[in-house]
Amino acid sequence: MWQTTKFHARRIVDSLDMPLLIIAALLMTYATVVLISATNDMPRRLNAHFVNLLVASTVMIVVAQISPQRFMSFAVPAYLLGVMLLIGVAVAGDVSKGARRWLNLGIVRIQPSEMMKIAVPLMLAWYFHKHETLVRVRDFFVAVVILGIPVGLIAKQPDLGTAILVLAAGMYVIYLAGLSWKLIVPVVLAACIGIGALATNGHQWCEDGVKWPGFKEYQKHRVCMLLDPSTDPRGKGFHTIQASIAVGSGGVMGKGWMNGTQTHLEFLPERHTDFIYAVLAEEFGLLGGVVLLLLYFALIVRGMMIAMSAANFFSRLMAGAITLIFFTYALVNIGMVSGILPVVGVPLPFFSYGGTALVTLCTALGMLMSINSHRTLVQK
Amino acid sequence: MRPAEFKNPEQELTRFRRRLLVALSFVLVCFSLLLARLVWLQVIQHDYFQTRAENNRISLVPVVPNRGLIVDRNGMVLARNYSAYTLEITPSRIKHLDEVISQLAQIIDIQPKDRKRFHKLLDESKNFESLPIRTRLSDAEVARFVAQRYRFPGVDIRARLFRQYPEGDLASHVLGYMGRINDRDLDSIVDAEQEENYQGTEHIGKSGLEQKYEFELHGKTGYDQVEVDSSGRAVRSLARTGAVPGNNLSLTLDSKLQRIVEQAFGDRRGALVALDPTTGGVLALVSKPTFDPNLFVDGIDATNWDALNNSADHPLLNRAIYSVYPPGSTFKPFMALGALTTGRRTAAQSIADLGFFDFGGHRFRDDKKGGHGMVDMHASIVVSCDTYYYRLANDWGIEGIAEFMGQFGFGALTDIDLEGESRGILPSPAWKKKRFKRPEQQKWYAGETISVGIGQGYNSYTIMQLANATAILANNGVVYRPHLVQSIANSKGVIRNVENKPIRHIKLRESDLAVIRRAMVDVTVNGTAALAFKGAEYETAGKTGTAQLFSLKGAEYKEANVHERLRDHALFVAFAPADKPRIALAVLVENGGFGSQSAAPIARQVLDYYLLGKMPQGAAAEVQDVADN
Repeated sequence: MWQTTKFHARRIVDSLDMPLLIIAALLMTYATVVLISATNDMPRRLNAHFVNLLVASTVMIVVAQISPQRFMSFAVPAYLLGVMLLIGVAVAGDVSKGARRWLNLGIVRIQPSEMMKIAVPLMLAWYFHKHETLVRVRDFFVAVVILGIPVGLIAKQPDLGTAILVLAAGMYVIYLAGLSWKLIVPVVLAACIGIGALATNGHQWCEDGVKWPGFKEYQKHRVCMLLDPSTDPRGKGFHTIQASIAVGSGGVMGKGWMNGTQTHLEFLPERHTDFIYAVLAEEFGLLGGVVLLLLYFALIVRGMMIAMSAANFFSRLMAGAITLIFFTYALVNIGMVSGILPVVGVPLPFFSYGGTALVTLCTALGMLMSINSHRTLVQK
Repeated sequence: MRPAEFKNPEQELTRFRRRLLVALSFVLVCFSLLLARLVWLQVIQHDYFQTRAENNRISLVPVVPNRGLIVDRNGMVLARNYSAYTLEITPSRIKHLDEVISQLAQIIDIQPKDRKRFHKLLDESKNFESLPIRTRLSDAEVARFVAQRYRFPGVDIRARLFRQYPEGDLASHVLGYMGRINDRDLDSIVDAEQEENYQGTEHIGKSGLEQKYEFELHGKTGYDQVEVDSSGRAVRSLARTGAVPGNNLSLTLDSKLQRIVEQAFGDRRGALVALDPTTGGVLALVSKPTFDPNLFVDGIDATNWDALNNSADHPLLNRAIYSVYPPGSTFKPFMALGALTTGRRTAAQSIADLGFFDFGGHRFRDDKKGGHGMVDMHASIVVSCDTYYYRLANDWGIEGIAEFMGQFGFGALTDIDLEGESRGILPSPAWKKKRFKRPEQQKWYAGETISVGIGQGYNSYTIMQLANATAILANNGVVYRPHLVQSIANSKGVIRNVENKPIRHIKLRESDLAVIRRAMVDVTVNGTAALAFKGAEYETAGKTGTAQLFSLKGAEYKEANVHERLRDHALFVAFAPADKPRIALAVLVENGGFGSQSAAPIARQVLDYYLLGKMPQGAAAEVQDVADN
């Protein structure tokens, strides 16, 4: 009995990747320090955060025990279930803050778009793995369809932030699966030209009454606000302006923990969720920001190392995509808080308060660890 | 690499790793861009954002000074301040105003009239102001709201100072009232270069002394440097510059006298001004009906406003300095004095009064049928003979009359320290030319001079002017500026007296003045005011008058036949003691009939109190019904 318990403990510890674990622990500690300051006037949020950490860590350890083979077998059902739930949301979802994102299942209200952040890359990685031996051009078109359906449904809710994350996750898989550069380069170029044009002609395009095809009015507003936040300082531009003030006034060394005036005098909106980076930057300055970027970079490097040594095509694709999702979260969030990207609802990984996001992130970490610990088993 | 090929696993792995490395460099580029942005914000632009953050955080909150007090000559407080909690809403921060008010009404008593008043304020206000929905909250209400404050962003409790007039409607036309600052007030604040000092001030004097002495009473605004949160709530105080309270005004007014007069008027409309002839200080300034200036303090509600504004009695009208009336027979002593001074008449010259004076085919009647018989100057004043003055005016001519009367301040501003004084009309050819447009109207007709002689015609003056002229007469031609404020004391107790020197001397002969004084004393002994002054322990020089409103075209005036509002105004001017006057007054009772009936008894009460300290016995009405002309 003792022997078996010891054996199990040993197996669990072996399954965890130490470098990844240390980086994640550092990030979570750092995040908790910042959250204590950000939730200074809402102690219940802080308690909930500790519960979230506990739950998410457990999820990570559990997921780390599951073999990549099992992940693969979840791919199709998870994807199909997700798409069905998304259709359910579109037909009968609850509307909150102008968006139809929630599905009320009687007992719980769930947000199906969240699970698609994992289910979509899983599905794509499975698909490419199936056709590993002979990946044809046709397969990329199928992949685009697999990716397009959920992204379209999420964007329609509308939830631009999640749609971007899911799209990015899928695109990483497609890219890593070997999509021809001939296709990638033109798309990237077009995107660059589009953004450049927006930056130069934004003023005319942002005038009232100008309709942007495919965009909701509030999405247009967010993009326009980014171009010139001062046009609406009391309304939507308020977030961006106040966040920039928080970040800028933090300086190199920051104002010190719990001393951020923007944070504690409630000038920062959403300071414990989407805009938590502003709290960090105000109180810990540029130095604190650099430390955070280094931690993320370490996480990404470790993730890529795992991907490179992964056992099979599926694991490689999955590990690479997951790693790059961490990067995307961080980039979009910090870009948004520092005012170079539009305000879309993307959390800062490990920092933004919220159980769902934390569980998703830890699931991804667990999958990375599982892929790492199974790198030799399958090859043998 | 063509995709439709069997893959070499080794080659495949290399390509995957290459792609990952490309992705990693992309990550590096993106993180470098982020870093560059952060350096821009936190290093290069740091000072700018530092300032912005400080501006966010620190707010200068004006500390409104205590408004100066107004006290009467005996130190009795007529206007003071009290502090009260108000529930205030900042409309710009609230979307559904009515909904929020309804929610507030569940925890705090909000009446429909409070809502009405709030909406009235809302219509008049600028957008970012915070406006009171309820004033004078009880402690329990304050506690209830504070407990639920989180539910009401944009709603707050403030401690504010309010003006209070402890004597209610006493001397309301003197004190004036306060109201919220409107655009016009703002202009006057800007003109006085006081904008900075009025940061945070919400109320301003709208009339009376409150308006005239606004910048004395206001004081100097202090500043509290406070740390505020995003909703503008003060978190803690950082530094403070104290406010300097406004200056206190001491008046020449005797509020007891004022009250006696206001009570003596009863429900009647009219005005009284009593002056100290040796200084020009106003002892009483009454306009009836009065109003309660306390109603205006926290924004007058619609019902009260309508009542004040649409009343036929026009209580807001200052009848003492704004309304003008013909002086009627009270003009006669001045005419007589002018006749003596200019040598037109001697005191002994008599006329035979047949009861009329014919001029240019028009018959000017005396109010006594058949006339007064032989009338000299003394008698002309004592019995108030019109025919005597018809003739005098005709002989003297309008130019001469206007020149002489002008010296007594008729037709000119008395420069009393109140806003809204009327100039009145001192008729003259020059005045008529200016007043009318068509040439035939501009011409002065000799016939018009005749009724000027008895204080009718174009003559119209304020009661203030009449009282001032009487005071000049009482003071043998020495002219003072009538004034209400005697001294101004600052918060350190330094008292500044209002300058009080004669502004001019009218050249008059003592012997001529004596004739007039004797005749006016006789008015109160044997003449038209004898009844009202029966048994007086001092000598009063007086003159009754009636100001005609309604021309009867030769028909006899019978009071009972004429609608109340069309009856003549009763007038009385007096000074006493006659040999060494300490008080001079003019009083008018609107539609009061003859001066002896209603105006003189009020004057008697004033003099009894002021000279003897005697309080009136019962109401003025008692004296009223005895009198007959």
